[in-house]
Amino acid sequence: MYGFEYHKPSSLDEAAKLLADNEEASLIAGGHTLLPTMKQRLAAPSAIVDLGGIADLKGIREEGGNIVVGAITTHDAVAGSDVVQAKIPAMARLAGGIGDPQVRNRGTIGGSIANNDPAADYPAGLVGLGAIVRTNKREIPADDFFVALFETALEEGEIVKEVSFPVPEKAGYAKFHNPASRYAIVGVFVSRGPQGVRVAVTGAGPCVFRVKEMEDALSGNWSADALKGITVPEDELNADLHASAEYRAHLVGVMARRAVQAATA
Amino acid sequence: MPTVTMTVNGQQVSRDVEPRTLLVQFLREELGLTGTHVGCDTSQCGACVVHVDGTSVKACTALAMQADGSEVTTIEGLANNGELHPMQAAFKEHHGLQCGFCTPGMVMSAVDLLKRNPDPDEDTIRHWLEGNICRCTGYHNIVKAIQHAAKEMRG
Ligand SMILES: Cc1cc2nc3c(=O)[nH]c(=O)nc-3n(C[C@H](O)[C@H](O)[C@H](O)COP(=O)(O)OP(=O)(O)OC[C@H]3O[C@@H](n4cnc5c(N)ncnc54)[C@H](O)[C@@H]3O)c2cc1C
Ligand code: FES
Ligand code: FES
Repeated sequence: MYGFEYHKPSSLDEAAKLLADNEEASLIAGGHTLLPTMKQRLAAPSAIVDLGGIADLKGIREEGGNIVVGAITTHDAVAGSDVVQAKIPAMARLAGGIGDPQVRNRGTIGGSIANNDPAADYPAGLVGLGAIVRTNKREIPADDFFVALFETALEEGEIVKEVSFPVPEKAGYAKFHNPASRYAIVGVFVSRGPQGVRVAVTGAGPCVFRVKEMEDALSGNWSADALKGITVPEDELNADLHASAEYRAHLVGVMARRAVQAATA
Repeated sequence: MPTVTMTVNGQQVSRDVEPRTLLVQFLREELGLTGTHVGCDTSQCGACVVHVDGTSVKACTALAMQADGSEVTTIEGLANNGELHPMQAAFKEHHGLQCGFCTPGMVMSAVDLLKRNPDPDEDTIRHWLEGNICRCTGYHNIVKAIQHAAKEMRG
């Protein structure tokens, strides 16, 4: 790992100013993606701006019927939250299935979505519920936030502040995980609620995507059976040593049906 | 160089460090607490697990600066006046180790589990250990040791 300056601001404004003043600076939250990348020298920021000292970014609250999760809230805190467990149990289960306990004790929702790993779990949760990402500058609907492989709508110097989740009538998540890393080979999040019926798929393609045909089928008949026979084209799916594109396409169908079966109110 | 201050095993320590110093390097190289091991250095194996403010973390994937102001406990801080912590005693008693390389991380991880769940079943224990890799034991006696420690600690 190359050397860098270290800053720990206590407000979002101060953090934004540090980013503006240091062109090669990088934010750090849980560090569970950034530090491994820096060790491999795939990233070499000149300065690190630690979000860990900004109290406003941490915690979970209910606001106008939505569940709002601060950017530096850990996966463990989301998984163990009474409010999340009561209102969106599928989201608590999603967070509780990320990596291993020590990854969940450090990794954060803001870091996960800003990184937009194609195999990460949260992108499916955000798009699958129609969440809103609030930054220090604006609000971005989840559908527009995840742009492409490791790419988001965040601009230079923009910081994720929190994510606001509408509370669904029903939601479920099913993931076929990589047995070594626990990342999703395919993960499907389904929900029915204020944002309509949604089916969001992670792990299968370069970026999270929705499956309209499945959403239409579930709108008419919310049951695993309604999804029978619906397939996704394999041409744009990922293929690697863990799974071929053909197998991933198959898993999308299986995981979608399991997610509907697992869906709870 | 910035100064980092933290409480390690009950004692306050302060050192000037390069910002890129990892927590595990700080513990091993600055403080000489070599009970915390480095297995993979890539966040996978859990040999480096310590507690930061009461929760288990992989010390190879945290900067020392991120633990500024925190309470850190390492394997060296578990025993009380020369008496092994019940988890350490259970690993010894139930043969929960062979080469011992993974053991400090296993023990620290298991202590965190029992804080959250004093009576975990076998399945819960095995899931909890997803971040701790052991190349020797096959995990069987590790799970047994944790079950016995849990019983002992519940009293
Ligand atoms: C062994 C292992 C297993 C894992 N398994 C899984 C898994 O099963 N599923 C899964 O989804 N993930 C998994 N992860 C990733 C984990 O969830 C990370 O926590 C996550 O990818 C990044 O979060 P972080 O807080 O650690 O971010 P960091 O590493 O601190 O930051 C990541 C990136 O996001 C930027 N960033 C951080 N916070 C913000 C913010 N508020 N605003 C703007 N940019 C920001 C940083 O600058 C950096 O570029 C795993 C990681 C490890 C090491
Ligand atoms: S050395 Fe830290 S996880 Fe392996
Ligand atoms: S006892 Fe040798 S690695 Fe676990």
